Amino acid sequence: MGVPALVWIPAAALTAVSLIPLLYLFVRALGGGEDTLAALWRGRTLVLIQNTLLLALAVTASAAVISLPLAWLTTSTDLPARRLWSVLAALPIAVPSYVGAFTAVAAFGPRGALQSLLQPLFGIERLPEIYGFAGAWLVLTLYTYPYIYLPLRGVIGSLDPALEEAARSLGHGPWSTFLRVTLPQLRPAMTSGALLTALYVLSDFGAVSLLNFDAFTRVIYNQYRLAFDRSGAAGLALILAGLTIVIVIAERVSRGPQRYHRSSAGAARPPRRVRLGRWTPIGLAYCGGLALLTLGTPLAVIGYWLVQAVQTGNPLALTWRAAWHSASVSLLAAALAVVAAFPVAVLLVRYTGWLSRTVEVPLWIGYALPGIVTALALVSFGARYLTPLYQTLAMLLLAYLIRFLPEAVGSLRASLLQVSPHLEEAGRSLGHPPLRVWLRVTAPLLWPGIASGGTLVFLTTIKELPVTLLLSPIGYETLATEVWNATRELFWSHAALPALVLFLVAALPMALLTWRQQPAEHRSMMVLSDKEQTG
Amino acid sequence: MQSRVNRRVFLRSVTAALAAGTALPLLQACGGGEASPTPTAAGGTGATPEPTATAATTPMTQASPSPAAAATATPVARGTIGGSLTVYSGRGESLIGPLMDQVQSSLGIDVRVRYGDTAELAAAILEEGERSPADLFFAQDAGALGAVAREGRFIELDAEILERVEPRFRSPDGLWVGISGRARTVVYNTDQLSEADIPASILDFANDERWRDRLGWAPTNGSFQAFVTALRVLRGDDAARSWLEGLKALGTRAYENNTAIVRATIAGEILAGFVNHYYLVREESQAGQDLPAENYFYRNGDPGALINVAGVGILASGRNQEQAKALVDYLLTPEAQQYFAEQTFEYPLIEGVPASPKLLPLEEIQTPDIDLSDLDDLQGTLALLQEVGLL
Repeated sequence: MGVPALVWIPAAALTAVSLIPLLYLFVRALGGGEDTLAALWRGRTLVLIQNTLLLALAVTASAAVISLPLAWLTTSTDLPARRLWSVLAALPIAVPSYVGAFTAVAAFGPRGALQSLLQPLFGIERLPEIYGFAGAWLVLTLYTYPYIYLPLRGVIGSLDPALEEAARSLGHGPWSTFLRVTLPQLRPAMTSGALLTALYVLSDFGAVSLLNFDAFTRVIYNQYRLAFDRSGAAGLALILAGLTIVIVIAERVSRGPQRYHRSSAGAARPPRRVRLGRWTPIGLAYCGGLALLTLGTPLAVIGYWLVQAVQTGNPLALTWRAAWHSASVSLLAAALAVVAAFPVAVLLVRYTGWLSRTVEVPLWIGYALPGIVTALALVSFGARYLTPLYQTLAMLLLAYLIRFLPEAVGSLRASLLQVSPHLEEAGRSLGHPPLRVWLRVTAPLLWPGIASGGTLVFLTTIKELPVTLLLSPIGYETLATEVWNATRELFWSHAALPALVLFLVAALPMALLTWRQQPAEHRSMMVLSDKEQTG
Repeated sequence: MQSRVNRRVFLRSVTAALAAGTALPLLQACGGGEASPTPTAAGGTGATPEPTATAATTPMTQASPSPAAAATATPVARGTIGGSLTVYSGRGESLIGPLMDQVQSSLGIDVRVRYGDTAELAAAILEEGERSPADLFFAQDAGALGAVAREGRFIELDAEILERVEPRFRSPDGLWVGISGRARTVVYNTDQLSEADIPASILDFANDERWRDRLGWAPTNGSFQAFVTALRVLRGDDAARSWLEGLKALGTRAYENNTAIVRATIAGEILAGFVNHYYLVREESQAGQDLPAENYFYRNGDPGALINVAGVGILASGRNQEQAKALVDYLLTPEAQQYFAEQTFEYPLIEGVPASPKLLPLEEIQTPDIDLSDLDDLQGTLALLQEVGLL
């Protein structure tokens, strides 16, 4: 089947745009000449690769381990206040990792709150070291696991119980059913979430820098910040792009079968809820403990700053304008990303082939590169070739698109996998043109993917910093830049209010989405069938 | 657009009100920033200098008891220039925002500022090339100015401007000029040490058992790294390495930043630490009282006597060079210099404006013989710190 122009042209255009950072990196790295190459050709680079991969792997694994029971508890059981827990479980992604890392140090650091609390009680002189690998692992896990939790939650909620029943009737016990029937159905959600998590870890700077862990991002930033060496930074970033490609291909291999929709007539029944019974307290403790750790600590620290600000009589200048900027630009970015992701997701799911395989990779590179690299690439490109657009809102949105498009593509893709192409074929056979079928039949079925993809982009945009600082229209402050401005001059009390508002603005759509998204409403129909191959 | 103008108007009126000695108590107690040009902390250091003759005529004067200064909350007689100006500033908005508003009102220049990280803005200017919208770069440290100057992006400043600042605080080629200075000091606990206990050279701290487990430093901090770079330039890599290794062997404690070192010193957790001078002054002004710690200033050309600067350069590609020059000129007037002395507790760099009385006067510090632009090569310093195992 030929790929419609309506699909491949936008997809190819997006790929071309996503290649800007990569192109920039080649030009810069080559400009550095032999020195750059020699600097990369050191044992230290290997250590960096090892550190970075280890961190990405460890964070992804622990995030998956945290997410699976959480998603199950909040969708398939009779846990009290289930919806509240599902909202709280999704919120940590709205906490910028620099805030998360900072509060982790303030709370669990060598002379932090926990230590000063424990010392008089138990005479504890020293807590386990928060700096280094352990701290970065902990913080990144706590603030990225929703990348896996959210898609898992969507899928678990819409599993067809008929499959499990069939397995049980064939003599499989509950564990065997879970491992051989349920888990494979979760695979696409798990791997796409894992990919987002792993690549986010590659790009993160806030946590690894505050916690002193030598990952690629930290070293790349140091090249800019301390050595003013753009070529050296570009060389390192190219290696990071290489790692990204390896991880993307690894995910593709582990994706498994490409068909997850129901192959026969009929629709899925809403799943039954598992009664927790005497396990209820444990379920509550799990959800509550996690919320306390991920949300309680930063909110406590922000609250402490607020109290301090009030006590010292500091101005609590509310930054309505910054709040408005943050909310509106993030909303625009989310809408743009979802619209742009649509043709890409269609290409990836319905027209698998060399084109779809090629298109996907550069998209991920833009997501995995550290923000400053993408920002400088667009500074270089924009100032030269898009002069009228440079440092305008349009340019800023383009930059956000390059950074965060994969989040929307991933979500849409996962949803689209669950929609049978037969529905589209039926629409076509009734005489409707393809575009009409997509809009009238497919798009409504994709609503869960659109909503979760849009929310992810919204949340990552609202906390984004490096691109915002360099590419926004001049004087365009956002909540994230306000927090950053205050914390870097150590005026913690000035950071409190914008940080709190940032959190609330971010939490609102997440809460609305999670609250409204009742699993039983899922119109997706899922049956695992790996025999059918795409025509 | 509209709202920005409104805010400017608001800030301007706040500034004027403060200058009028009617300082809003709300704005007063913050830690050396925000829109308040008054001395920080209501309690203050209790020793604010009398306004100098020059400063008394300016609107940026601190809230002196006499409201006389208030009357002059009007532009300095310099005439308005008009036009607009784009500044890339590595210094925070809470720090220099009020100064920019002042320029806006007294010179009639529409100043637009992009705030960001100094090094990232330097990289952006280099990436933008000739199309850069920036007219002026206000950097947190001399290294970043050196990096931009090295690529030939700054114009040579007028001799009249340059000569207001001592040669040691500006580019030898006249491509950038320092605006305010930050001295490296040794902060020490006065309950446990006296000035005489501090070794004659900062190098002598290493290998002296007296300091075992009792010193603090911040190896990840930019100003510490700039100091190590200076040490390498002055004494060579081997000397720098053995200093770092010696102190590490003594169990010198690593802290996240200068503030943490100062607080640990005040708490008696350590005897002394290597910091920039103004952190202690800020702590004291926030506490509103004298704390059991002092800054020790090296003054004999020792590497420990390094003074780094925040400074500005004018971009050759800028379209508003006249306005940029006017801004540099303004930043080196007594009123702007006094603002830095009082707000950030940094050293003013022009003659006739005294630093905070808590500080050793600039004239008494003989800084090591070094071109501050050379502090842009931190690559080797990072490698050294990693080699020694501090990063």
